[in-house]
Amino acid sequence: MLDINKIDVCYGEIQVLRQVSLKIQEGQVVSLLGSNGSGKTTTVNSISGVLPLTQGTIEFMGEDITKVEPHVRVGKGLVQIPEGRCVFPSLTVKENLEMGSYLKGAKAFRRESLDLVMTLFPILRERTGQRAGTLSGGEQQMLAIARGLMSKPKLLILDEPSLGLAPILVEDIFKSVLRIKSEGVTILLVEQNVPQALGISDYAYVLEEGSVGLSGPGKDLLNNAHIKKLYLGL
Amino acid sequence: MNIYYILQSLIDGLLIGGVYSLVAIGLTLIFGVMRIVNFAHGALMMLGMYTTYWAFNLLHIDPYLSILICVPVLFIIGAAFQKFLITPILDAPEHNQLLLTLGVSLFLENLAVFLWSPNYRVTRTSYEFAYLYIGDLSISLQRVLAFLTAMVVTGIVYFLLSKTDLGKAIRAASEEPRGALLMGINVRRIYWITFGIGAACAGVAGSATAPFFPVYPTVGGIFVITAFMVVVLGGMGSVLGAFAGGLIIGLADAVGGMIFPGAMKSIISFILFILILLFKPTGLFGSKN
Repeated sequence: MLDINKIDVCYGEIQVLRQVSLKIQEGQVVSLLGSNGSGKTTTVNSISGVLPLTQGTIEFMGEDITKVEPHVRVGKGLVQIPEGRCVFPSLTVKENLEMGSYLKGAKAFRRESLDLVMTLFPILRERTGQRAGTLSGGEQQMLAIARGLMSKPKLLILDEPSLGLAPILVEDIFKSVLRIKSEGVTILLVEQNVPQALGISDYAYVLEEGSVGLSGPGKDLLNNAHIKKLYLGL
Repeated sequence: MNIYYILQSLIDGLLIGGVYSLVAIGLTLIFGVMRIVNFAHGALMMLGMYTTYWAFNLLHIDPYLSILICVPVLFIIGAAFQKFLITPILDAPEHNQLLLTLGVSLFLENLAVFLWSPNYRVTRTSYEFAYLYIGDLSISLQRVLAFLTAMVVTGIVYFLLSKTDLGKAIRAASEEPRGALLMGINVRRIYWITFGIGAACAGVAGSATAPFFPVYPTVGGIFVITAFMVVVLGGMGSVLGAFAGGLIIGLADAVGGMIFPGAMKSIISFILFILILLFKPTGLFGSKN
């Protein structure tokens, strides 16, 4: 579904990604793991088109999207929920969700999508008229995910959805990722929360200093000695 | 100083305050969404006044009807300004944008001198001297029309921003451009639409005042200095604040005019302005960020 082929990304003179390649199959949950500064967010921002590539190509659903503008990629079903959520604080929860279905294709399904996300995240139903800025961190994260779902994504990229949340909420977020998968959405999950992410992943890539260090099915990586040592502290 | 004199001044102040509101709403919208201080706003208003003047003198279109011409003309000018001049330097430091809008302002004013001479021109309508009388109060029909125009346009802008998808996208892009882009909102397009709307507001304010204000190339400056005060008073980026601020400054000028000699009538507005800067720099309706 998504085919990233040997991409390089630079910030000015500094090269952040080196020959990164990854593949995502339709219907899977794929994790992108790695420590701080390993290039996870850079990778997903390149996939969303916010950062230009210096080399390599990105294919989505068989189409080369390397040069396609970010807002156009959303229309093709490639949606990112950014790190830090980026909800619109002075807009109400409902308005935030409506903005998720701003594009024509998604707008036609606005009512059904609203029903779907309210069922997935019942708390949002209680908060529809409230300004997003007044929600708690966990609620904002749910709103950000729900807003992304309003765009009718084929591939949903979640950049550190559990960042800064209490453990019980992290649990909730991971459960909702699985529910979204069961709705037929393919997921790329960026996480520092390695054991939990691997637990729900069909496949995982580990970035180390801007290149893919390890990759394999989630369960295999959980038992990998290198992973255990580096990320699980075992 | 009798009660009628006071009432008369307050009404006149309120009526012109409505026009200040409209100029300020355009300014605050552009600032709120793009973080651009538009020094060319006065020049845009001037273009609106000339549009109305020429529509009236060449085509015999009533000034208040010429708004229908003025809105698309100024929208296109504003949108083109954003798209072709500001977009390329969006990521440049703020003072570059400042120089750019100031430069465009100088260019437009001098273009007006070149095309239409620096002479004062007056739009003379058939109802120039029509007044509404309430007791001893006489209220100029043109000023009432200007006020009503300003209120209607303010209402439309407010409705647009709060109820339509485009308006919500404008607000979304102003708060979280990154989040908006990742939701499929073409933020650059939103920017030029917003600038177009802001310019159209300035243009309408120009049309509305042209019947009772002389038109000349640097006329916008008078209104825009006031509008900058209104924007700070109401809170940078707040449409509601710009609306309320315009009326407050209009009234403050009226009160000033009653107490002080004509040339010093703005003294109260300026004192208000300084007090706001000192004690509530975010403005009456401004948000903390």
